[in-house]
Amino acid sequence: MATERRTDIGPPNYQKFLPPIIKKNYGKWKYHEILGPGVMVHVGESGDKLYTVRAASPRLLGIKRIREFADLADKYCGGHLRFTSRNNVEFLLTDKSKIEALIADLKKLGHPVGGIGNHISNIVHTQGWVHCHSAATDASGVVKSVMDDLCHYFSEDQVPGKLRIALACCLNMCGAVHCSDIAILGVHRRPPRIQHDTVNKLCEIPNVIASCPTAAIRPATIDGKPSITIDEELCMFCANCFTVCPSLPMADALNDGVSIWVGGKVSNARTEPAFSKLAIPFLPNNPPRWPEVVDAVRNIVEVWVRHARKYERMGEFIDRIGWPRFFKLTGIPFEKQHIDDFKYAGLSFKRSAQIRH
Amino acid sequence: MAGKGGNGTPLLDQLETGPWPSFVTQIKSMAETKEACSQLLGLLERSYEEKIGHWKHGGIVGVMGYGGGVIGRYNDLQEEYPAIAHFHTLRVNMPSGWFYTADALRTICDIWERHGSGLTNMHGSTGDIILLGTSTDELEPTFAELTANDFDLGGSGSDMRTPSGCVGPARCEWACYDTLHLTNDITQTFQDELHRPAFPYKFKVKCSGCPNDCVAAVARADMSIIGTWRDQIQVDSGEVTAYAKAGLDIQKDVCSRCPTKCIEWDGKKLTIDDENCVKCMHCINVMPKALRPGKDQGATILLGAKAPIVEGAMLSSVLIPFIKIEPPYQEIKDLIERIWDFWGEHGKNRERTGELMQRVGLGNFLEAIEVEPVPEMIAHPRENPYVFYEEYYEEGEEEEAGA
Repeated sequence: MATERRTDIGPPNYQKFLPPIIKKNYGKWKYHEILGPGVMVHVGESGDKLYTVRAASPRLLGIKRIREFADLADKYCGGHLRFTSRNNVEFLLTDKSKIEALIADLKKLGHPVGGIGNHISNIVHTQGWVHCHSAATDASGVVKSVMDDLCHYFSEDQVPGKLRIALACCLNMCGAVHCSDIAILGVHRRPPRIQHDTVNKLCEIPNVIASCPTAAIRPATIDGKPSITIDEELCMFCANCFTVCPSLPMADALNDGVSIWVGGKVSNARTEPAFSKLAIPFLPNNPPRWPEVVDAVRNIVEVWVRHARKYERMGEFIDRIGWPRFFKLTGIPFEKQHIDDFKYAGLSFKRSAQIRH
Repeated sequence: MAGKGGNGTPLLDQLETGPWPSFVTQIKSMAETKEACSQLLGLLERSYEEKIGHWKHGGIVGVMGYGGGVIGRYNDLQEEYPAIAHFHTLRVNMPSGWFYTADALRTICDIWERHGSGLTNMHGSTGDIILLGTSTDELEPTFAELTANDFDLGGSGSDMRTPSGCVGPARCEWACYDTLHLTNDITQTFQDELHRPAFPYKFKVKCSGCPNDCVAAVARADMSIIGTWRDQIQVDSGEVTAYAKAGLDIQKDVCSRCPTKCIEWDGKKLTIDDENCVKCMHCINVMPKALRPGKDQGATILLGAKAPIVEGAMLSSVLIPFIKIEPPYQEIKDLIERIWDFWGEHGKNRERTGELMQRVGLGNFLEAIEVEPVPEMIAHPRENPYVFYEEYYEEGEEEEAGA
């Protein structure tokens, strides 16, 4: 083959993929309106109207389904579609009369339409047991189970404000779930098991020692070979060391599970972006349907739906009512694990006498 | 169905019921023609039985001349699941804004049908098209077909990760700059840094068109470029009245939620004290037909967000309170290069820019990257009186000391 090898060309230019109505109204949109669950219209200064239909996706898609999406784009949208930052698929129409037929076709394929405005949007998530080496729980299975339960909030029933749920299957947080209204986070609870016969072959010991945020790892000679020891009392199960050294596996069926965090956000609307805070330190991995996790998430969502004011996101709601009342309303027991003990822990202690009695 | 193991996938099958689309159905749809997908179902069923994953640490695999873009993946039960003994991921750089034509998607599907599992993520956490699962010898042929069709790999490892941006001016009236153009331009400018890892750790760039931050730049990108404006919110008073007439309680749902109480409604007229507006977007979000961002638009640049690994999770903090975002974006590119220079020289292995900034101190970091300190960078001045000064005066220097 004499053809030249192409490299460093970068992604195809997005301009090639924009529908004509977007090219025409690019940067000249005037306003938008939400017409119903998962349907909105953007109106240009030109008067042009662009209708968006947003459908749920499991993110993990086979090429058969992607081709079916492509066929729908041909049938309804002049061959154009896009995906969202929360892994929904969006169809962009210029003909309002085609919306209902498109929604019916999407439903036939098993993709509910929704997630716009004050509805629960798709869960951003990671790979889990489908394809990751460091997962403390599955991702897709938990997401499927939780969204089966909450789907009516995606496609039918309104909630007080935006609610963003995210799942990461370990503390690496490929899904960066740490600023979500509700975060589902896989956790380990057992220190790594050191495979002394391979540490020196597979890992750089100084890197392993440097990877530990609590300095729990020290060099040691075991059976005449260079290896490490771990002060288990200092281990907080972050799996940093495993990330740099495969000889320190963390996964453990008995001790791995899921934690639930609440009240984070990234948008600047009203309040500043915020981290999620720990609500439930540990729930068991109980595949295939994770009933404890599904119940816990539904409980938190329903407390918020019942008590939050309009537009109030989870964190704003909890700020208004206070954490003691959050624990009371949800019935979640408060435990030692809820109190931070890493860096700057004192900043999260209550430092006033302003208490609701 | 489950390939090896024999007894089907009774646990996974339970995830094919219910209203939400099922990933199991997606894997099964490919298992009919791909033995790898059949064995993936078997391996995953086993994880569901044993409550533990069966994938090993990635090895070093890739395409010629690149150090990133491919994630090596091997299972730990290779004799039982040989068709997925290696099952590597290719990250394919998505077009800005995740816009596609049906034909472009079909092209990717065809390539992936020929060379891999036929399974994808649309999309991965950083934004790439994820081609999920192929063997080592298929990597180079896949890459050749992708590049022949104008697609290229994205980032992985200690490199510039694939930049991403929100839908921006393509379909949003709130975009304060062209997020798609900037995302694409930065991606193209730094192809070498994207494909050949040479940094202490990963570096992410995300472009959000307004402070609603739909790509979570403030939480997920080392460099978060968030659109904003510095003049007056545009008000269409006729539409304000229309919202009130339609039943919106402007006082309760708009004014009382304003974080700086800079917006007032007397039942007839809306007044905004724009000097006190912090551009939070709430009033605009609630009344999109009546209010719009101002006309003097640009962005706030923040630096340092990351997930917990290594020193704890961080949100980005303000580096440049306001900058005009206009091609060729030289000022931003120069800033990025100054940050990379300092980080490359002083960053520890696996230290993100946010952690570096904390370790050396924001003040010192600013000096190093030649950015002046301004009060917009902090929530409040220090409370801690242990202040560093680099020099002091000796006796005889009373004049210099101003004594």
